[in-house]
Order: sequence, then C-alpha cells, then structure tokens
Amino acid sequence: MQYMLLIYNCERPEPDDPGFAEALARVNAFADECRRRGTFVAGHPLQPERTATTVSVRDGRALITDGPFVETYEHLGGVYVLDCRNLDEVLELATLCPFAEQGTIEVRPVVGGPGLDHAPSNEAATSA
Amino acid sequence: MSPAPVLQQVYSEHRARMLAALIRVLGDFELAEDALQDACALALRKWGDIGPDDPVAWLLTAARNSAIDRLRRAQVSRDKLAQLAGQPGMVTTMTESGEDSLLSIGDERLSLIFTCCHPALAQDARVALTLQAVAGLTAGQIARMFLVSEPALAQRLVRAKRKIRDAGISLEVPADHLLPERLSGVLVVVYLIFTQGYTAAHEQAEDHALSQEAIRLGKLVATLMPGEPEALGLVALLLLHDSRAAARHSPAGDVILLADQDRSRWDRAEIAEAIGVLDRALRLGKPGTYQLQAAIAALHAQAPTAGQTDWPRIAALYAELLAVAPSPVVALNHAVAVAEATGPDEGLTLIDRIDGLDRYHLLHAARADLLRRLGRTAAAAGAYRRAHELAVNPADRRFLARRLHDLDVQESR
Repeated sequence: MQYMLLIYNCERPEPDDPGFAEALARVNAFADECRRRGTFVAGHPLQPERTATTVSVRDGRALITDGPFVETYEHLGGVYVLDCRNLDEVLELATLCPFAEQGTIEVRPVVGGPGLDHAPSNEAATSA
Repeated sequence: MSPAPVLQQVYSEHRARMLAALIRVLGDFELAEDALQDACALALRKWGDIGPDDPVAWLLTAARNSAIDRLRRAQVSRDKLAQLAGQPGMVTTMTESGEDSLLSIGDERLSLIFTCCHPALAQDARVALTLQAVAGLTAGQIARMFLVSEPALAQRLVRAKRKIRDAGISLEVPADHLLPERLSGVLVVVYLIFTQGYTAAHEQAEDHALSQEAIRLGKLVATLMPGEPEALGLVALLLLHDSRAAARHSPAGDVILLADQDRSRWDRAEIAEAIGVLDRALRLGKPGTYQLQAAIAALHAQAPTAGQTDWPRIAALYAELLAVAPSPVVALNHAVAVAEATGPDEGLTLIDRIDGLDRYHLLHAARADLLRRLGRTAAAAGAYRRAHELAVNPADRRFLARRLHDLDVQESR
C-alpha cells in the first residue's frame, strides 16, 4: 500500500546555513533507510508557497491566480511517497524522518480505484 | 423445534473468534460483520435442532462464501477477489482443501484487540470498537453507557472501521519492537472502560455491566499474553477496585471514603482472586505501574480495619510508583500515605511541594484534613472551602460541605 508523507512546518536548510551538510546527510540517510526496506517510491521537496500558482476552470474558462489555494499558517514543505506493508511500517518510517523532529508529518494512504489509470507514460518510463 | 437456541449459543460463545478470523482473512471489518450476519441468517434456515457437527466451521465457511458473493456483486474489488482466490484454502471449499486457512489460524482475538486499540484511531473510537468487536456489545448499549446518541456512536464505529481498511491499519499482533508500547495502549483502553463503569456505578445498572466487561477483556488479554505481567497486574487492580463496589456509596449516593467503608461488604472472593492474579504477575519479575497500583490496593484490601492498614509499605510502593511513572496525582497519594505512616507534618511538607494540582479538589481536601489533624483549624477551613469550590460532583460537594460544617462546630465550642 502506498502512503504519502506530507511534511508540514519545516524550514528547509539553505546551502550556506551552518548545519546544512549535517541536515542533508540526515535526509539522505532517511531515504537510504527507506530504500533499504524497499519502500521508497519518491521524495519531492517543494518550493515555498510564494512560488505557488493556482488554476481552476469554470464555465470553460481557466482562472489563474498567484499564490496558494488556502492561505494558512501551515506550510507544506514537501512530500514522500512510500510503499509499505501496513500503517505500522509507514508510521515507524515517519518517526525516523528528520523532518518529524522539527515539523509535523501527515501520513495519508494513496488511493487506487477501479478503472483509474495512473501508470507512468512510456516516454517517462524509458527516459528514467 | 427451531435451530435458534443452538445458533444463539454458538454465536454468543464464539462470535469474537469468528469475527476476528473473518476480519483477518477478508481485511475488511464491515464486510466481515455483514458476512457473519449472512451466515447466521442462513444457519437459521438450514440447521436442524442440533446444528451441524462443527457449527463454527459451518458458519465460517458460509460467511466466507457470502463475503465472496458480496464482493462479486459489488464488482468494485477485482483485486480483492484475485487476492482471495490466490490464498490457499480460501475459495476452494473446505472439503476440497481439507485444511482451511480460516480454521487453521487459531485464535485471532488478540490481533483483533490490537487492531481495535491502534493509536491511529481516536481514543473514544478505540473504546467503542473494542466493546463492539471484542466484547460483542451493540452500538445501542455502548451509546447508553457513554451517554452519547446511538447514531453518533454508530457513526464513530463506521468511521473507525473504514479507517482501518483504507489506511491499512495492521490486522496482526504488532511486531516485537512495537509490542510494549502497543500493549500499554490496549491496557489503557481496558482501564478506561472500567473507570467509565466504576465512577458512575451508583447511577445506572448498566455501569456495573461495563466494569464487568472491562474485567473480562483484561482477563482475555492476560490469557492470550500469559508472559505479560502488566496485563495480569491490570486485572488484579480492576478486581480489587470492583471488590469494594458495594461499599463505595451510601444509599443516598454519597461517596464513602475507603477508611469509612463497611469492610464486611467487600467481596472477599474477588479480593482472593485478585491477590492470586497479582502473585502470578509478580513471579514474572517485571514490575510495572499496574502491578504497583494493584499491590497498593491489595494492602488496603487485606487490612482488617482502616487503623490496621500497612501505611509504611503503601508509602514505599507509592514512592516506587512515583519513580517509574511520576505524576502530581501519584505524588499526592504518596504524600497522603507518608502522612499516615509518619505523621501529618511530613505529609503536608510533601503536598506543598506538588506542582500543577492547584485546581484539583482532592489536593485541597487532603491538605485540609492534615491541617485539621495538626490543630490548624482556620487554615483547614480555608482549604476545605477551596476544595468545595473546585469539586464538581454533587456527592463530593456534599461531603466537603459536611467536613467544613464539622470543623465550624468544633471551632465554636
């Protein structure tokens, strides 16, 4: 079963921060541990909300707006997708994630549905 | 004759085991419940007055077949069907396979308990689900016991069952490294069920049933995990609390303090059972908070009169409890025990060092009592007044008002 880990309220360390090398090493070690257990599917850090653009289509017209969908105090910093045996396994990995010490991680199951085709395209698969 | 009485008996005796086995194999709470209901309905039509040779096997097979039918009809779960078909012994009939995985998996009730008490579920959902799935109470019964509406409780149960399925909450006993923490979560749920029944025991007849249910659940966990002394410790503690149920309230519903209870109304057989259980726990040599609390309760239970209570040992046990599970309430109990064992002065010094209980009426009541015994009547009256202000329960308030009144009488003499 695939789960998405949504990382909230963490500062992403910048390359000139004093703790950068250590922080990077810890995040990479976390990804290594996920790979070692065969659970790692993807990890995507996100640019901050100020880079967000929102799209909606109403009556055939696309509405493009600057900024995030909801202005909240909570800040979504990135996501991981892990393929785990059950909730216990993903919760255990989430507690190992270095971001859990600073912010909060919301764990959500990724849903499949009958007839839903979200397989990666051929080009994407071959170029990867 | 109808098969209803036979079915009734088989169902009430084996319901939790059958449900646990079906949930484990089907991976879906609601589907397992529906399938078991279908199987019972079929049994009412097909069974004679003595039922089949192995009624549990019959019901499980019928339930499994019904679950497969339901999945086929729903057509949403091709994957699930494939998964069931791929499991040896699942889709083939029992006579074909000889050994059916449903029947060879033994007692799955422990897995069911851990699933119901999973920390990813809200605490009130864990309590309700355990009472329904493991103890077999209906949503209506649970709603009445917890003073919530039946639709609200039913909703809570459905939401929890769907989360178990959709979030992939494990249907197995947790891995060894997760076990200590998860077991303590299970024991908390059992304890919560007990206290819900116990604190309200004088108001509704159903409350006592709830305490009994908690004791049964505790015994089930202790039986299924015989190497876990804390499960035994909890059972001993609950039995000891329960042994005093008949002596805890006056006919008017007022609380009677331990020291003032009529000890002839304590249930001696229950106390003896508790002490036996506690001895078994202590022999396992892994002390814990429930065992310590039970040991303290056992010393109270064994004292022939309040005056003969072994306060020095109780104070020592509270000190040990304070070391492993520090909390202001334990510190207060420790202080009270020290006051009894050594003297009110020492107890008062300890009480005045406790932080974070300023709004707890029992702290002020305990202070008041010690001040009264030290002859500091004005300070005692002030503390009783503060306790009275903070107390919510009407019986507690009546008790404190009476104490305050006695003090005024004493002072005006």
